[in-house]
Amino acid sequence: METEVKKAQGTMVSAENPDITAPADWQPVIMGILCNWCSYAGSDLTGTSRIQYPPNIRIIRVPCSSRVDPWFIIKSLQTAADGVLISGCHPGDCHYISGNYYARRRFLVTKKLLNFIGYHENRVQFSWVSAAEGPKFAKVVAKVTEDIKQLGPLHRYKKENF
Amino acid sequence: MARVGVFVCFCGANIADFIDVPAVVEEAKKVKEVKVSVLYKYMCSDPGQQMIRDAIIQNRLTSVVVAACSPRMHEKTFRKALSDAGMNPYLLEVANIREHSSWVHQKDKKAATEKANDLIRMAIAKSIANEQLHEISVPVTKRALVIGGGIAGIQAALDIADARIPVTLVEKSPSIGGRMAQLDETFPTLDCSQCILTPKMVDVASHPYIELIPYAEVIELDGYVGNYKAKIKKKASYVNFDTCTGCGACTQKCPVKVPNEFNMNIDKRKAIYTPFPQAVPNKPVIDAEHCTMLLKGKCGICAKVCEKGSIDYKMVDEVIEREIGAVVVATGYDLWDPKPYEEYGVGRYKDIITSLEFERMVSASGPTNGVPLRPSDGKVPKNVVFIKCIGSRDEAKGIEYCSKICCMYTAKHAILLHHKVHDSHAYIFYMDIRAAGKGYEEFVKRAQVETAATYLRGRVSKIYKKGDKLMVRGEDAQIGQVVEVEADLVVLATAVIAPHENPALARLLGISYDKYGYLSEAHPKLRPVETAKAGIFLAGCTQAPKDIPDTVAQASACAAKVCGLFAGDTLKKDPMISTISNEFCSGCLNCVKVCPYQAIVTEEIPLGHGSKELRTVAKINEGVCQGCGSCVAICRSMAISLAGFTDPQIINEIVAI
Repeated sequence: METEVKKAQGTMVSAENPDITAPADWQPVIMGILCNWCSYAGSDLTGTSRIQYPPNIRIIRVPCSSRVDPWFIIKSLQTAADGVLISGCHPGDCHYISGNYYARRRFLVTKKLLNFIGYHENRVQFSWVSAAEGPKFAKVVAKVTEDIKQLGPLHRYKKENF
Repeated sequence: MARVGVFVCFCGANIADFIDVPAVVEEAKKVKEVKVSVLYKYMCSDPGQQMIRDAIIQNRLTSVVVAACSPRMHEKTFRKALSDAGMNPYLLEVANIREHSSWVHQKDKKAATEKANDLIRMAIAKSIANEQLHEISVPVTKRALVIGGGIAGIQAALDIADARIPVTLVEKSPSIGGRMAQLDETFPTLDCSQCILTPKMVDVASHPYIELIPYAEVIELDGYVGNYKAKIKKKASYVNFDTCTGCGACTQKCPVKVPNEFNMNIDKRKAIYTPFPQAVPNKPVIDAEHCTMLLKGKCGICAKVCEKGSIDYKMVDEVIEREIGAVVVATGYDLWDPKPYEEYGVGRYKDIITSLEFERMVSASGPTNGVPLRPSDGKVPKNVVFIKCIGSRDEAKGIEYCSKICCMYTAKHAILLHHKVHDSHAYIFYMDIRAAGKGYEEFVKRAQVETAATYLRGRVSKIYKKGDKLMVRGEDAQIGQVVEVEADLVVLATAVIAPHENPALARLLGISYDKYGYLSEAHPKLRPVETAKAGIFLAGCTQAPKDIPDTVAQASACAAKVCGLFAGDTLKKDPMISTISNEFCSGCLNCVKVCPYQAIVTEEIPLGHGSKELRTVAKINEGVCQGCGSCVAICRSMAISLAGFTDPQIINEIVAI
């Protein structure tokens, strides 16, 4: 009930812990980890096409989505990020033949673990964006940003709170 | 203590209009490792690069951050600036504040500036963990493998061999020549196909730098660019090519008759055969599926008549290995089977044939000695209907793409028909006439004027039999009426499709293919002959439907690429690959399982210092590793590190915000 009231007043309430709130103009930070050959190139195309998307994402380049260690996701959530987006090549199109399949499996396990310890499942998201999908990248970022905004700030597991 | 230089680019107005660049420069100065932070209008220009070079020397920088466009754009440029200043080029980091900030947040300068600050902080943090890296040299085996002996493979092999680089040419059928050898004359000049092709075939056989392996297939390819190992299976020909003189006595006496696939099964060949009289090599092979001696152990006539004793019924398949540095794939094309066109009566009416069958008939060396004949009664046809786009541009029954060559060869067929049967008349049903190419439009005009062929724009809806004629009912869209043509012969221009072996071959070579089975080039415009795998190139219709001039041009382009690859004694390789620390490796070998390139091998090392007992650890093959980082993420003991993307570098980036 209390949460509903707060939300109605325009306050952002953390999905994991209703005690944590932020003002209505709060902006989340999203860590984007993109593979070099498809999604990073796709995000570059979004830029060259001047397609606008919310400015909340901070992008890290890795050679392949299979390089993404679950540690990176957890570390991001422990520090500044309120959400994480990982993006790789479409299934079958991996520059490194099969890397994105490993990434997908590893990611599903990580997501279950995060869910188990109390994170909302939308905090961490995964997408396939090819080098030709500039508009799709903008859509993905807009959706992830919107999702994370709905979930509110993430403080419960921040290091300084321990 | 790290000493970082930050160089922020205006990119004209591209960055400066949407990001408060001076504020960004000041913000970067707040990071304690940053010794110099400056801005410039065009950092990639020569004065901009000079600025970086000077700052490196004056401030004894240990790493450099350039905040500008995407690293995919100018990382190489700035790396070169670093090495020109005597600094290791891999100490550079690029903060992408153009594609990732100024261009995508044009309505919110404050947010864009904040984001740029973060991106630069991340790049600074990463650069502090950057290590000096050095390019890796790998040796090169200067021998090329060409798969497929059609015109594409022949041209590529000849061009490479002319540069004095040894070539192994593997062809699956008993002779090279491919589809072009089946053609009568070629558009748009009506050159005789055999006359221009056979000299090249002979050149291949006699070239000192070409090793021709006919009747063989590549079954395995291991290794990496410059250092491939190919296994080639030579199918048993049951004829000893070293002693066979190609006299032809065996093929004359052989009692078994088999449909002749070279002539599109219009006539018969023997069970021991050369595909066509001008075959290279001109040696017969025994078709094991039909030879009675091989099937039932009776006959043996060919062995009796062979004066040289070249027939060997006990011959078995042989696998040979070749070490090669580059591969050219030129497997050509197949033709679509028009069976789904049931309304045309394909399969029911004998007088409906495909274009290649027509081509063989009008060929002077073909089964009917150059005269088109109706398969049903052997009469010379007078009215011939050609139908284009059979399977091409037909999403419902065939494939979506245009086969590119049918418009031209159908015009050629109209001319050839006119040349062979003077009182004949050609009707051509078409959707569009696509005649883009040198002399092509003129050639179509020539067909229309010289032969007075009737071009009817529209699709054929039905073909039915009336007496011994075929009634072709279709639409003439230009007059908006249904037309019926009484035909003696109907020729279907069937679509060009990828060879059905292509997907299996692509998997074997480790390259990709599209939904139609064509092998994929690295970039559709700028890298049309390379594949995504270094050292493997594509020529001809294996990549997409093409005519002969385009195929030959692409084959020569492949040869230029191969020669370029072999120009030095070693190849330079990106140093961003994985390394394994023996101290931390527990030998679980999970990395071996995830490596897409089989780049991780095992190694036995002493259990302890000076110990005689051994333990197994993983080891990276530097030449094979492509630097994807799968093994790094799977490694439980964190023994593997990917240069350029190490854990400290990425964690630094994450915690910098």
